[in-house]
Amino acid sequence: MSSGIDTLRLTAEEALALVDSGEVSSAELWQAYRDAINEHDGELHAFLTLVDEPEGNGIPIALKDVISTRGVRTTAASKILENYVPVFDATVAAKCRAAGMTLLGKTNTDEFAMGSSTENSAYGPTHNPWDLTRVPGGSGGGSAAAVSAGLAPWALGSDTGGSVKLPSAFCGNVGLRPTYGTVSRFGVVAFASSLDQVGPVTKNVRDNALLYRIISGRDENDSTTVDVPPVALPEGTDLKGLRIGLPRQLNEVEGIEPGVKAACEAALAKAEELGATVEECDLPLSVEYGLACYYLVAPAEASSNLARYDGVRYGLRSEGADFREMVMHTRHDGFGDEVKRRIMLGTYALSSGYYDAFYASAQKVRTVIKREHDALFERFDVLVSPTCATTAFPLGAKSQDPLAMYLTDVLTIPANMAGLPGLSIPCGLSEGLPVGLQIVGPQFSESTLYRLGHALEQAIGFDVVPERLR
Amino acid sequence: MAITKEEVLHVARLARLELNDAEVERFQGQLSAILEAVSKVAELDLTDVPPTSHPLEVSNAWGEDIPHTSLTLDEAFANAPDRDDDHFRVPPA
Repeated sequence: MSSGIDTLRLTAEEALALVDSGEVSSAELWQAYRDAINEHDGELHAFLTLVDEPEGNGIPIALKDVISTRGVRTTAASKILENYVPVFDATVAAKCRAAGMTLLGKTNTDEFAMGSSTENSAYGPTHNPWDLTRVPGGSGGGSAAAVSAGLAPWALGSDTGGSVKLPSAFCGNVGLRPTYGTVSRFGVVAFASSLDQVGPVTKNVRDNALLYRIISGRDENDSTTVDVPPVALPEGTDLKGLRIGLPRQLNEVEGIEPGVKAACEAALAKAEELGATVEECDLPLSVEYGLACYYLVAPAEASSNLARYDGVRYGLRSEGADFREMVMHTRHDGFGDEVKRRIMLGTYALSSGYYDAFYASAQKVRTVIKREHDALFERFDVLVSPTCATTAFPLGAKSQDPLAMYLTDVLTIPANMAGLPGLSIPCGLSEGLPVGLQIVGPQFSESTLYRLGHALEQAIGFDVVPERLR
Repeated sequence: MAITKEEVLHVARLARLELNDAEVERFQGQLSAILEAVSKVAELDLTDVPPTSHPLEVSNAWGEDIPHTSLTLDEAFANAPDRDDDHFRVPPA
């Protein structure tokens, strides 16, 4: 805190007030975060690329390295894009720029956002600021670690199966996966297009709502985007009339850590004290079949999206005697193991003879999942569960077993398949590590998620600064 | 649900991925385990269930047909591995 700015505690809303009042200049604020990066990123490795000459007169931001930034290297944490420098901004990057935000750098992720621990980055893993021997979650572990350790006031991630929600839970941040179609993906490196959404990673719920307001909205460059209802900034703690559903299959999932369960139950007791009603309910098929559905749909879409990396127009090119050999060598050398696995899995699920049993079935299961959620929203305003059954696991614990890694996402995936928004807020500690509470609502219910998230945040009083950095 | 070595190679060829022997062996085991897990979707009776390809009910997203500037040639070639005048150069097909 060389400049007297405590980047560990300063919220984005407070930072905006400092800059607006002229108390601190935009450049001084940016430098304070850059100093924090210089001090701590050696041990965290949250950033893949740092910006040295920021433009803008507002507050800083960090962007996950799947978001194209004009003139700033964008790798998707892959060797295949090691030297790729976009010539245009993603819409979300342009919106941050238009709001005056200064870019600190690009954050680490699992390669092409495929993973749950950030260990699949071709440039090495990110470490969890709460415990350096543990993963920050993934895929957006860099953004989550940066916000948690005070290296950025806020950041953007992207969420396909849980890549904003899970790292936010593991690092003690607030993370929103918005309703599908509310945030443009133009210029965001595509993984699974019927699922990908960009979302804010912040220190508190109000910051999250502020950033979501800035990045959301219809974009003519992304035809899946829609007009977004106004987002209310949450105030107060009154939850009278709010109906909370507790899906048993999520809250009693196999392998749930006792400390995770206890922290979530304590949060729900607080919600009841504030006037909400809490009642158990069921999502039997969504939880039992969600993971299988996701790991067919997402790889199938990925196998198609990643066909563009052919060594012709941009990115890595390896040598080959003819065109076909050049393409095959480029993809062999450029993609890491997890990306290759998903491309092959998706190609298999889409191939002749297997399409009906795998991909076509998965698309129908997706309808089943959507209907199950729709039925619950007749009775409930939101559904609540842990974001993950465990807290952050040790680096290396699951990296040799892809299927075990996939199971990490079992609680975040069902809502994602249905296109529903989900907010993860920190609700306590289990053995010294943050526990995430996942709040899911119907499409376009972000204001309701923020209302509950903010009320619980006030009631819980979670200290977002990692204990080892206090 | 085991996948054979030949199937791994077939899928890799379809996906334009060169694999060495060690990779084929590694992926064969891993993909077999994953396919076993995801084949669960076939357990359900899905007769009369329509597919969902997209979570929002949006159709015909039209835009106004307004001419605007796009990338210059130099911008479009800025990341090209091998440029030949106004073309991307590649090895012979």
